[in-house]
Amino acid sequence: MSFEQLFRQAVSRWESLYKGRNVHILVGTATCGRAAGAMAVLEAFRREIEGLGAAAAISEVGCMGLCSHEPLVTIIKPDEFAICYHNVTPQMVPRLVQGYVIGDDPCLDLALGTVTGGGHEPAVIPELERFNNEKRLLLRNSGYSSPLEIDHYLACNGYKALAKALTMEPGALIKEVERSGLRGRGGAGFPTSAKWRSCHSAKSNIKYVVCNADEGDPGAFMDRILLESDPHAVIEGMAVAGYAVGAKKGFVYIREEYPLAISRLQTALMQAEDKGLLGKNILRSDFNFDIEIVKGAGAFVSGEETAMMAAMEGKRSWPEHRPPYPATTGLWGKPTLVNNVKTLAYIPLIVNNGAEWFKGIGTKGSPGTALFALAGKLTNTGLAEVPMGTTLRTLVYDIGGGTRGNRQFKGVQIGGPSGGCLPEALLDTPVEFDSLTEAGAIMGSGGIIVMDEDNCMVDTAKFFIDFSQQESCGKCTPCRIGTFQMLDILQDITRGMGTLTGLNMLEEIAGDIKAGSLCGLGKMAPNPVLTTLRYYKEEYKAHIMEKRCPARVCKDLTAYYILPEKCERGCDHCVLACPAEAVFSDENGLKVVDQSKCTKCGSCELVCPVEYNAVIRLSPVSLVPENRRTRPETPSKEP
Amino acid sequence: MENDSKSNYLSGILRPERRERRHLIDILQDIQAAEGYLSRAAMLEVSKFLDMPGSTVWGVATFYNQFRFTPPGRKPVKVCLGTACHLAGGQLVLEATARELAIEIGGTTEDREFSLERVACIGCCALAPVLTIGEEVHPRMTPPAVEEAFVNIKAAAPGAPGTESQP
Ligand SMILES: Cc1cc2nc3c(=O)[nH]c(=O)nc-3n(C[C@H](O)[C@H](O)[C@H](O)COP(=O)(O)O)c2cc1C
Ligand code: FES
Repeated sequence: MSFEQLFRQAVSRWESLYKGRNVHILVGTATCGRAAGAMAVLEAFRREIEGLGAAAAISEVGCMGLCSHEPLVTIIKPDEFAICYHNVTPQMVPRLVQGYVIGDDPCLDLALGTVTGGGHEPAVIPELERFNNEKRLLLRNSGYSSPLEIDHYLACNGYKALAKALTMEPGALIKEVERSGLRGRGGAGFPTSAKWRSCHSAKSNIKYVVCNADEGDPGAFMDRILLESDPHAVIEGMAVAGYAVGAKKGFVYIREEYPLAISRLQTALMQAEDKGLLGKNILRSDFNFDIEIVKGAGAFVSGEETAMMAAMEGKRSWPEHRPPYPATTGLWGKPTLVNNVKTLAYIPLIVNNGAEWFKGIGTKGSPGTALFALAGKLTNTGLAEVPMGTTLRTLVYDIGGGTRGNRQFKGVQIGGPSGGCLPEALLDTPVEFDSLTEAGAIMGSGGIIVMDEDNCMVDTAKFFIDFSQQESCGKCTPCRIGTFQMLDILQDITRGMGTLTGLNMLEEIAGDIKAGSLCGLGKMAPNPVLTTLRYYKEEYKAHIMEKRCPARVCKDLTAYYILPEKCERGCDHCVLACPAEAVFSDENGLKVVDQSKCTKCGSCELVCPVEYNAVIRLSPVSLVPENRRTRPETPSKEP
Repeated sequence: MENDSKSNYLSGILRPERRERRHLIDILQDIQAAEGYLSRAAMLEVSKFLDMPGSTVWGVATFYNQFRFTPPGRKPVKVCLGTACHLAGGQLVLEATARELAIEIGGTTEDREFSLERVACIGCCALAPVLTIGEEVHPRMTPPAVEEAFVNIKAAAPGAPGTESQP
């Protein structure tokens, strides 16, 4: 079939669903939706629609990026508003079906807002202010058209770029990517066209394209959502890249921990082959290209391109010195183009709309959009796609809705274990590759974690170093030993055994690790420590000199204390909840925590009824009144 | 009988078209999916199949976090300590779980009912901190909620091994 035919067929199918005479129900079933119960909601809709014999179609869609509102359901009704409902439970389904699918009641109390756009434009919910600040390129189809139907993608201009690319000279294609200024979204921001060009010029009759979907940052999930919501965009990008560099074979290296993304990608690959968009003589040209999935086995370093290729060859995932770069000497020694999921997903848009269009979005040095995963102490967690150059403040407050429960904002960690922590004063930093690097953080993977006053910065730095230390592959010494030493010093500090000399040593070792490590894992591992030292030194000093953890997180520096004036002596919640039998009653029946037994699990604080709120945390521990620290020799009264 | 089914599943995995080094990890993943872990015997079979020393197979397998070398519990318990979960108190949840099951991280209860692992981000950051018991995701956990979750599970399976309360 010609592309024109494929397109027309897809459009007619798509229009009959989305613009036809029947109601169309979209249920978001990406991983976040499923965790919140989307599969039960989907099942409930199927049952209800079938039971009533109602004329309505149901589609599974991906994620709109509004994770804290999941499960999300959108009901598209001919000649009426399309309405998006949030936090849907199976119990709400009969009402929604009776109300809006069949009747005229839009059930506004359950609604998040109306949905406009969708199809050729990204779907947005105009009632939500965050959409004013967003620009959805990568997320254009997410949560609206179905990732399980290639026709949905085709109908929304899908594979048009591939058809167009096949009529162009590879050199012209690379030139277009160069003019767009696209920089790799895998973290480093390397100009995409430069890689493409050197892979294109490399002399070899075998070349490979690898899509890096390892996404190892333990707080980032953009690539996963993209693959679960719009896998064809990535496949199309890979095929275009393959044509440009002269590769016939592509691989997607994806974490095994992403089973849903893997299965949706598999489905998409089969559909693309069926339609002749992958395989031999694609769209009747002489271009052959197929894609194979390779599953990673859970090692952060495998995201580094040379380590990834070692894993793909069935070896220990050890990085290699570069150069030579993979673009000339990669998988099995052949020229290999390695690009991130997002980088590849931009390609169809650039080919379709032109370099000028792409350059018009974002900043001069970092054109396009940035896709972030927002998590941590934010009101609205999920995905956000904004033009490059948007400030962190906009991301945290206008899109993220600020800190949850209006707690005091403390910092934002960007780029995961390789990134850095930035304070309130730097919230006006624009997000783009260069300004973030200047501030000590990195664009990195795109994970943004917001911290509030209840988070300890030393503990956070320790968490990331602990991660890097465990994930260090062990090949080079600075990273293997250095991260261990840094962890050791940080551990001392959080235990109240730190020294000021230790702080200096921390900085010194960090410098050595950065200078001496073989790959980016080591080179960037000290960043969380260096930035917290730079912006939160007082907090380190409080731990060392006052034995005080200002956020009252570090266990050895924090004590649980029950305020006698607030304790309701008749209530035994804390006594029953304490797994260490550390809580006892004094002679007046007031509860006391025996500090010598307390394991600081926090159960008493959690179970103390809100109307009393008697359990507090104190730091340093010397703040606990001396007569209320341990159980007296002869207990005055058994609880 | 058990041996029979074992060699059967292995021959399904060690298919001739996979007799290449690049399929090693894939093969190990399939074995773990079938058996729950990588047994010494299975790894030796793989080394014969791919014609490489057993030490090489072992060396690759031990490099990756995914592989385990002891049988897991019937209901693997995974506590997330990704960034979001850590900041929301995941460490306390992990400690509470270890206490509740009376095993250490990486351990399995004596009756093989539960095993305990810490994992990094399972993609439910909005629901942090989370833990999974078997296939079930438990969102927004706290130490008391952990205790309650296991009380409920044990109550749902009376008489089953692993229902004795911990001393
Ligand atoms: C420790 C480490 C982990 C990495 N993890 C990833 C990852 O998960 N995904 C990714 O695309 N790139 C990752 N990278 C970057 C890759 O090495 C590579 O630069 C990137 O995939 C290139 O794609 P791009 O040019 O499209 O950015 C990592 C690098 C390092 C040093
Ligand atoms: S950090 Fe726990 S689910 Fe993401």
